[in-house]
Amino acid sequence: MYAQMVKSTGQGVKSLDDMEPQERAFQERIDAGDKIEPKDWMPDGYRKTLIRQIGQHGHSEIVGQLPEGNWITRAPTLERKAILLAKVQDEAGHGLYLYCAAETLGVSRDELTEDLLSGKMKYSSIFNYPTLTWADMGAVGWLVDGAAIMNQVPLQRTSYGPYARAMVRICKEESFHQRQGYDIMMKMARGTPAQKRMAQDALNRFWYPSLMMFGPSDKDSVHSAQSMAWKIKMNTNDELRQKFVDQTVPQAEYLGLTVPDETLQWNEGKGGYDFAEPDWSEFFDVIKGNGPCNRERLAARNKAWDDGKWVRDGLLAHAEKRASKKVAAE
Amino acid sequence: MHDNATFEFLCRMGDNTLVLGHRVSEWCGVSPVLEEDIALANTALDLIGQTQMWLGLAGDIEGKGRSADDLAMLRDVWDFRNLLLVEQPNGDFGQTLMRQFLFDAWHVRMLQALTGSSDKRIAEIAAKAVKEASYHVERSGDTVIGLGDGTAESHGRMQAALDLLWPYVGEMFICDDVDEAMKSAGIAPDPNDLRAGFDSHVTQVMTDATLLIPEDDFAHKGGKNGHRHSEHLGHMLTQMQWLQRAYPGASW
Repeated sequence: MYAQMVKSTGQGVKSLDDMEPQERAFQERIDAGDKIEPKDWMPDGYRKTLIRQIGQHGHSEIVGQLPEGNWITRAPTLERKAILLAKVQDEAGHGLYLYCAAETLGVSRDELTEDLLSGKMKYSSIFNYPTLTWADMGAVGWLVDGAAIMNQVPLQRTSYGPYARAMVRICKEESFHQRQGYDIMMKMARGTPAQKRMAQDALNRFWYPSLMMFGPSDKDSVHSAQSMAWKIKMNTNDELRQKFVDQTVPQAEYLGLTVPDETLQWNEGKGGYDFAEPDWSEFFDVIKGNGPCNRERLAARNKAWDDGKWVRDGLLAHAEKRASKKVAAE
Repeated sequence: MHDNATFEFLCRMGDNTLVLGHRVSEWCGVSPVLEEDIALANTALDLIGQTQMWLGLAGDIEGKGRSADDLAMLRDVWDFRNLLLVEQPNGDFGQTLMRQFLFDAWHVRMLQALTGSSDKRIAEIAAKAVKEASYHVERSGDTVIGLGDGTAESHGRMQAALDLLWPYVGEMFICDDVDEAMKSAGIAPDPNDLRAGFDSHVTQVMTDATLLIPEDDFAHKGGKNGHRHSEHLGHMLTQMQWLQRAYPGASW
């Protein structure tokens, strides 16, 4: 999940009877499965929560370029390099769609960027972990994109039209990303002893951070209840995490790798695996800025933005000169 | 001799795109604006794709069983045949785009000529690549103009980039024994013949960009014949080839 712990109004969900007529009509449209479009009336809370959620998702795509970009110049073959480049390029494209979707809610891309760079807005905790070996490119595709897909597939049905449509495009590309990640893992898991060791090590390091991507249990969260009533969140964090574990464990077995959880066990009664919770204190440390790479990631984005200022200014100045020449000629 | 020269020539084409594609890919995630992240990745992707074709054919013609990956990942500096221009470090964004434009303006003409190569395999690769290169040169040219004729700062940086990189232009048009052999076999053009078109294109773009082309036409050389690369190439290879060197024989 690329948006974690997004706060909604914090007020709890109102019943239809408690709503003013305008809000009630809005909620009834959502309940009926209608899409809300940019020019439609919407409650302030809906708008603000969506901006936070879509913005955080967009930021995750942008920052998410960095841990994979870390290996583009060291990709082992030309084909792997091309695939990784294409994947990271897709992520930049996802960031662009998402920022555009957020813009329809009345926030500019520059405002969102400033909030990311100042640390005011967050991005997914997962991108604060380092990518240390080539197998991490496999694990990121397999586990991180796999977890993202769990969340994003239902969001194709989300109530806000531009977000839902962005998700449709994004999901198509994400499933390709996941497959390429798994393909790298297969090569590694069936390769030399050193490659197999890299693959197991990558799974060991990325397993729990991937489970954290869904966020802590939100079964009692008022924010989640409101977001679910608005259909901008479709499932609880625990539901998605369970689905992810159930899907991923057999894939790990197929690779001949061991999930780093001694308590992991199939539970016939619930038709799913019982598994250990991640260390949530680590999660909150990462969210607070104390993950292994928080500082580097934000510093890299800030440096790129600051170093690029003259380029943005230059191109803008040129565009203005051209526009005024055109006006003068007319 | 003929096949040997063709192998050399193909390594030149493939090493140019390999080394430049690698350099451009170094920008991943840190460019000035999101659209540029996408565009630079796109350019790098095209160049790596072309590398696979050129070096793949080079390996076939050499006939020693070396694949495009073997050539990319297991040769040392002295066996690389790329122009010195493309191995120059990225510098700032302006330097990267200036290097790209100077290369593209040559590359598109070289590829155009190669579409008429007497070797069908080369003509086919060129026909695919020239479409990409035409787009590259349009984009890099527009960016050079935009930044040259932008603010005082962007103008200054672009002029500095042009001054820095101009001495690497001349090597693209040097005709040596390999080029002579290619020319007489009708495989590739005489590099000299590409110069007039290049000059008029570059002059037009630099005029629009309000930039001055340096008068001194001194040219560094030693890249395309592998005589003397810059120190930069070796550092690039330590990164690019690291996995293949550290874990020989593994399949990825």
